[in-house]
Amino acid sequence: METMMSVLVGILVTVATYLILSKSLLRVILGTAIMSHAVHLLIMIMGGFSRDSSAPLLGEEAASYTDALPQALILTAIVISFGVTSFFLVLAYRTYKELKTDDLTKLRGHDNDE
Amino acid sequence: MYTLNIAIVIPFIVALFIPLLYKKFGRVHTGWFVLAVPVALFIYLAQFIPSIARGEVYFSEVPWIPSLGINFAAYLDGLSLILALLITGVGSLVVLYSIYYLSKERESLGHFYVYLLMFMGAMLGVVLSDNLMVLYLFWELTSISSFLLIAYWYHRRQSRYGAQKSMLITVTGGIGMLAGFIMLSTMTGTNSIREIIATIGQYTDHTLFIPAMLLVLLGAFTKSAQFPFHIWLPDAMEAPTPVSAYLHSATMVKAGIYLVARFTPVFGGDAVWFWVVSIVGLVTLFWGSFTAIRQTDLKALLAYSTISQLGLIMSLLGLGSAALYFDEATEATAYYSLAIFTALFHLINHSTFKGALFMVVGIVDHETGTRDIRKLGGLMTIMPITFTLAVIGSFAMAGLPPFNGFLSKEMFFTSTLRASELSFFSMETWGLMFPVVAWVASVLTFVYCMILVFKTFFGNYQPEKLEKKAHEAPLGMLIPPVILASLVVAFFFFPNIIGEYLIQPGYGAILPTFMEANLPDYDIAPWHGINTELLMTLGVVGFGIVLYRLWPSWSGIYALFPAKFSLDSLYNHTLMSVERRSTSLTNRYMTGNMYHYMVYIFIVIIVVVTGAIAYTGAFRFDPSNDAPISIYEAFIAVVMALTAIAIPFAKSRLTAILLNGVLGYLLALFFVFFRAPDLALTQLVVETVSASLFLLCFYFLPEWEKEKRKRKIKGINAIIALSVGTLVTMLALSVQSNRLFDSISAFYENAYELAGAQNIVNAILGDFRAFDTMLEVVVLLIAGIGVYVLIKLKANKGGRDVENK
Repeated sequence: METMMSVLVGILVTVATYLILSKSLLRVILGTAIMSHAVHLLIMIMGGFSRDSSAPLLGEEAASYTDALPQALILTAIVISFGVTSFFLVLAYRTYKELKTDDLTKLRGHDNDE
Repeated sequence: MYTLNIAIVIPFIVALFIPLLYKKFGRVHTGWFVLAVPVALFIYLAQFIPSIARGEVYFSEVPWIPSLGINFAAYLDGLSLILALLITGVGSLVVLYSIYYLSKERESLGHFYVYLLMFMGAMLGVVLSDNLMVLYLFWELTSISSFLLIAYWYHRRQSRYGAQKSMLITVTGGIGMLAGFIMLSTMTGTNSIREIIATIGQYTDHTLFIPAMLLVLLGAFTKSAQFPFHIWLPDAMEAPTPVSAYLHSATMVKAGIYLVARFTPVFGGDAVWFWVVSIVGLVTLFWGSFTAIRQTDLKALLAYSTISQLGLIMSLLGLGSAALYFDEATEATAYYSLAIFTALFHLINHSTFKGALFMVVGIVDHETGTRDIRKLGGLMTIMPITFTLAVIGSFAMAGLPPFNGFLSKEMFFTSTLRASELSFFSMETWGLMFPVVAWVASVLTFVYCMILVFKTFFGNYQPEKLEKKAHEAPLGMLIPPVILASLVVAFFFFPNIIGEYLIQPGYGAILPTFMEANLPDYDIAPWHGINTELLMTLGVVGFGIVLYRLWPSWSGIYALFPAKFSLDSLYNHTLMSVERRSTSLTNRYMTGNMYHYMVYIFIVIIVVVTGAIAYTGAFRFDPSNDAPISIYEAFIAVVMALTAIAIPFAKSRLTAILLNGVLGYLLALFFVFFRAPDLALTQLVVETVSASLFLLCFYFLPEWEKEKRKRKIKGINAIIALSVGTLVTMLALSVQSNRLFDSISAFYENAYELAGAQNIVNAILGDFRAFDTMLEVVVLLIAGIGVYVLIKLKANKGGRDVENK
């Protein structure tokens, strides 16, 4: 299970990296979104996986619970990446509106900026 | 009790008040206020002459940073006293001269005297400091104040160029010197020069001994304009003439000489020191005098002559260090120490006649409007006093009687002849080189001295080429050079007074063991009978006159040294090419294209992390503890992988967004498998909101276009992406196979007892680690504000200008 998930994380990271390296701003943002999926999944599998343990709810009265700490970390991470992604999106929207392009090779600052 | 320390600080304190005096008493030339400082210091220092001559020394220390062994330690002995008297004495005369030289109306005198006083204090600090680090501090202060003084007329391009050049060269040397000082300090465990001299004997075999020596010499050579670092001095002639007279003849360039003299007891007696100092000195002596002849600008001629004379003093210090080769102080070993004695004597002499000559040139410049030899001539009858001063200065420099230069030049010949008798440092083979080079350089010196006098004051007066009508200088401007010229003559007739009261103690400071043994008691006399030295001098005069007469016929020799191959052009070329290359290098990798930066980042990650894994052998793959895979999980994982792979190939933006949404929901499903209900819930909600946001924004964004890149670049991107992905997988696998200790999560299972919560995840978020949550809320808040502002704010042209409302 863990091995399979590790490979899955690798695939997600590959796709995300490829998108981040592209020319269009949209693809880059999509790439960062996928990258955060991959990272959340990675944190999850680092916490370990066991079929016998139950969800971290004490009411279950189970013998063992899954590790709650990575879950708390991921929850925080999800919310933060959501905030950042939404800000990114609006930034891209403004960029396109003002500059009429989303081609990153053209977004290189003004010539007289130096 | 701290009077010495106070004496060093006084110029700085007075400098603080100069702008005030300049503003408040604008009608009086500010120089008059300044004049009191060097005069008072000179009188104060002169009081020490008798007691220093008796062999006493003065030391006082003010703690500064005791924990680092850095203390403001002032130390006065014979050597320091000579330099300190030169600094204050010539300083007084230069200030007096500058009062008449610099116009009250046209010049910014406040600046000038602040810089000058700063320089004077720094210079006193250099010669009076006993602590290495404090010495370095004052050393750099002289560089900085000299930089400011050279660029005093900062609206001239040449001034700024000269100031920058001198700054770069002297500071480079200064930093080398600091490194040498640090080595000395680590070697001996003390920062005090006196203590280093006392204990250095144990460290001569230390590995740092030679590097420290060479680095200290680097500092001394750059400061004293020794070959090949002499190139800054001629360009520093863009400074006002009082500055050139003070800094570039009498004081700052002597700082390197002082340093070599001061460290002779530390490093002297070593063959490397002997050869480096002597050879560099001789080369500088020859090259300076050779180049001075071709100059057409009087100040440039004097600059090269200064270089040459400094080379002379330097070579003497090198030769004299041979006396320390022997452990014992006897008549026989002291025989070689005459060179040290001569060096100090010539040091004083040079300050007198070169100071006077600079002032003379300044007068000529001031009263005729030019310093170009080709335009000058026939000034003898128009400026008789200036002419007399020039003759005295030049003849002293050429080494003619009855001026002090004659004495030191004779002694210089004696020293080189004695050095050639040395039977160590492989002097048997090379010894004869010293008197030969000395003699040739003296002939050349004679030639340029004659050029200086005869081309300027004899010949035809050419008023049409001059900017002003030439006339004699005002009295105030003549007094300082007259005083210096009288000293030039006085030293010839009464050399033993300064010999006994100044040079002998200075000699004692450099060679203390010989001083204690009362060896040798040098007597300076103008007449030794007919000996080799006298014949050499006669030869100098004879050949000098012949060469001067035939000057036009052999001037072609300088065509062998075209400006293209000079050290100056080497310096300029190096500076320019370094700048050009670093610019082009920076432009090459700082493209402004985000893609390139991302590629750098990913490649660095790949190389560094892969390298670290390979180097430590950290990669492990151990699936034995893996939980078995159920059919559902496998199915979802495959779907998720396929969805992700499909995104880059998506035809429309809608497909891409939806595929991303699918990814998010599948992730939520995985959270279910992993028994994380809160995560699954959050992920579902967040993914839904994100997807709608994406859709909302994409509506306004351009059509999702196919990636238009070259196949090759796409290939490179794919390789990078694959490597990053593989790397992450490898890391994940290795981490799972290397569990070193148990999780701390068992503690959180006490959530009910500790926090009254049954949901452990919520207890962690809201209780155990609530700080994270609080700040995460802040992140959301900031993102929200950012989104709002980005949409609302229209500070751009066309829109409402909110910024200026």
